[in-house]
Amino acid sequence: MTFPAGSLLTARDLRKAYGPTTALDGAEFSIHPGEVVAVMGPSGSGKSTLLHCLAGIITPDSGSITYDGREVTSMSDAARSALRRSEFGFVFQFGQLVPELTCVENVALPLRLSGSSRKEAERTALAWMERLEVDELRGKRPGEVSGGQGQRVAVARALVTNPRVVFADEPTGALDSLNGERVMELLTDAARSANAAVVLVTHEARVAAYSDREIVVRDGKSRDMERVV
Amino acid sequence: MSIGHTLLGLLESGPRHGYDLKRAFDEKFGHDRPLHYGQVYSTMSRLLKHGLVEVDGIEAGGGPERKRYAITEAGITDVERWLATPEKPEPYLQSTLYTKVVLALLTHRDAADILDTQRSEHLRSMRILTDRKRKGDLADQLVCDHALFHLEADLRWLELTAARLDKLREAVTR
Repeated sequence: MTFPAGSLLTARDLRKAYGPTTALDGAEFSIHPGEVVAVMGPSGSGKSTLLHCLAGIITPDSGSITYDGREVTSMSDAARSALRRSEFGFVFQFGQLVPELTCVENVALPLRLSGSSRKEAERTALAWMERLEVDELRGKRPGEVSGGQGQRVAVARALVTNPRVVFADEPTGALDSLNGERVMELLTDAARSANAAVVLVTHEARVAAYSDREIVVRDGKSRDMERVV
Repeated sequence: MSIGHTLLGLLESGPRHGYDLKRAFDEKFGHDRPLHYGQVYSTMSRLLKHGLVEVDGIEAGGGPERKRYAITEAGITDVERWLATPEKPEPYLQSTLYTKVVLALLTHRDAADILDTQRSEHLRSMRILTDRKRKGDLADQLVCDHALFHLEADLRWLELTAARLDKLREAVTR
């Protein structure tokens, strides 16, 4: 498969098995800066495994992942961790905020881990919280805010380091329709204006409708629908 | 649903008389709306005129002559094109999609491929509606939401069908 020029993140012939179970069986992927790509497929199809491989969280058994010209699969663990911290942002369905920290401390956390001062990190965090319309929650802890608010705080945290790729795994899975749509609007608007790519794993068509194109994963194989139609 | 394409698809497994075609159609797709003989013969005349079927043989019996029809290469190409073309997303298209999926299974084509192509077409419409919703006022949002929910219902049916293709193959080829 030939990927379009200018791809930021590509995967070629990814294979991954957990014991006798094949999760990925030759999956392919590519995304451009500023592009939102939905990864769709039934439960157990391998879409989350694909996301975890692309993000360098797990290593495929074979295949190649290239990020900005660099081969991710041959990086050391430390180099991959550094890549995730500085270039990638993450939004998951559940349990991503640290309950002991306030919302602004949660959003500022990635910057603090990268060495920013508390004052500087929280100033940047607050700017992102304003953009995600949750700045009034700055002093509250995650247990004191609603699911929709908490997810917007998580999106702010994913974007606070100005990542070039945001990985979102069922980001609205725990939200009602209205909150889910608002989170998707804010996430995709913010990412597109920052020219960040978004890899969006979802099984919901209404969420996938916020993407530019979709890839379908079934039985560990991927299908890029834009190149088929 | 296109009766012509459905009858053509049924002919792919081998030549049949009009009566056999009607019986196969009613059994697979007719359910509570069986075809009239007149529909079968007028459709076959049209397909014959367009070169999509040919008369494979004529049996002279005690009653009227019975023509046996066979699909032509042009007919196979026509079925292929119809199956590969996604339907315009609109409510209540399940019967057409269902027909396409069953025909694909009967003719050993990739039914998952048809569902993937249709999902993509639905998502294309949903992206346009979602974009219009983002830019519109509350009235636009509500109108778009109504259309989006209908399209989403179609897609939920599509996903369930995709998950049951193996069982459906067993059921229709029995």
